[in-house]
Amino acid sequence: MQCCICKEKEAKVHLTQIVNDKIQKVDLCEQCAKEKGVNDPAGFSLADLLLGLGASQEMEQVPGGANLRCPSCGFSQADFKKAGRLGCSDCYTTFAEGLEGLLKSMHKGIKHLGKVPQHLQQNRDLSEKLKSLQKKLDRAVADENFEQAAVVRDEIKTTKEKLGDLTPT
Amino acid sequence: MNIQDFLPPAAEASRREGPHCRIVLSSRVRLARNLKGLPFPGWAKKGDRVKALELIRPAVESLPQLAGAFSESMDNLSPLDKNILVERHLISREHAAKSAGSGLVLNREESLCVMINEEDHLRMQALRPGLQLKQAWSAIDQVDSKLERKLDYAFSPDLGYLTACPTNLGTAIRVSAMLHLPGLVLAEQINQIIQAVNKLGLAVRGFYGEGTEALGNVFQVSNQMTLGESESDIVERLNKVLAQIIEHEENARAALLEKKPKTVYNHIGRAYGILANAQIISSKETMNQLSLMRLGVDLGLFPDLERALVDELFIITQPAHLQKGYTEKLGAEERDILRANMLRDRLQIVSRPKTKPVAGSAEAAPGKPEAG
Repeated sequence: MQCCICKEKEAKVHLTQIVNDKIQKVDLCEQCAKEKGVNDPAGFSLADLLLGLGASQEMEQVPGGANLRCPSCGFSQADFKKAGRLGCSDCYTTFAEGLEGLLKSMHKGIKHLGKVPQHLQQNRDLSEKLKSLQKKLDRAVADENFEQAAVVRDEIKTTKEKLGDLTPT
Repeated sequence: MNIQDFLPPAAEASRREGPHCRIVLSSRVRLARNLKGLPFPGWAKKGDRVKALELIRPAVESLPQLAGAFSESMDNLSPLDKNILVERHLISREHAAKSAGSGLVLNREESLCVMINEEDHLRMQALRPGLQLKQAWSAIDQVDSKLERKLDYAFSPDLGYLTACPTNLGTAIRVSAMLHLPGLVLAEQINQIIQAVNKLGLAVRGFYGEGTEALGNVFQVSNQMTLGESESDIVERLNKVLAQIIEHEENARAALLEKKPKTVYNHIGRAYGILANAQIISSKETMNQLSLMRLGVDLGLFPDLERALVDELFIITQPAHLQKGYTEKLGAEERDILRANMLRDRLQIVSRPKTKPVAGSAEAAPGKPEAG
């Protein structure tokens, strides 16, 4: 087996880490293992190592891969391979397909569950309210309960106005 | 104003106390944020970096939490200023390498620090002495909520806050604590602990963060994953793990004292002997020996030595702090001599360690609740 860093020497150090039932593996030759500080437990973490490796490999598998460039900032996959960092926030859309596997391997999930900027949060709450109101309206119309339908329609109107006010300037 | 005049003296900084401060030196929560429509700092041309700095700096300065803060562009800081900030753990080594187009905003209590155009447009951190992760999270959360009204963040409903490095994506939060673990190191249990902590998806690093050595038995534990979990869950998980590590450290200390008291007292006595008498001493040896003296304080072997003095020496014996006050650049050998002079001088008032813990010493009893 080849070392996955220098891709020259025979891999003699094999590391496996299990995080949330996902297995991550790295195979290194003795010299690269030493350089990456594998024997120094304080300085070594598999995620850091995987970042430098798996990333570019994962991204190359995407169709049209190597030639893909971010329309906003001109960043390419080759640049990511070199730097391990992306060019701009739009790169996450440009390289979405190639990044998915990488994100799965380094994070607990691939859906954000944390803080949301307040104006977006309100936006989201209102959009959801609007959806449920729409359903309520449909039901009321189907039941021929036109009195309630009128009430719900007014509610929809005010919710839409609120949503309009929130749109960032 | 000069950063060296702005920063509180090391003696003042090392007096700040928090819960569990015999083992937990400090708690930190860092958030990364980027602006929509501008390339990340590492890929941006100088013009775009300057633009980001010009948008962010006034927004940060206008926060009530940062009233009266030190705010400067990185090109106006000397290499010595930057190294002092690194030694105080206020900026990363990466940020110290930055110049025009990057900035720093820092409050006087050293409890809030914002790096502008490090790896991300914004890296804001809240720091607290001892174990106070929740308090640090709440402080930085408030700063972030104020800033989001002034700045247009790059955010995706699915992926969260978008960061230059995919490892920080989502919450973009790094929750960490600095731990002093001499007991686990002496008992040779530290590697087991590190491996166990790694298995939980947390990182253990050395004194200056990523890729550094664990000098002075100081370890930094932090979360690794930032996507797919909420901020409060991450803080909670780290708190649980830290409580376990603290317990293991206390147990290791108690077991060492029971099984091999002579070995422990020998280490501490020798550390005192070296630090109080050396004529030439490196920064690395100083940190390692100071760590043992700090353990001696915790165990009640130095009744007339305060932990704050040890912590102060930890700071002021480091290269940049030592260079401070000298106009000509000191060589490593000169520094080693000056460091030894300083240590001999400051430790003059400290008597030799006791050969057994002093009765009634509050610090000697493991597990006893922390005062203050």
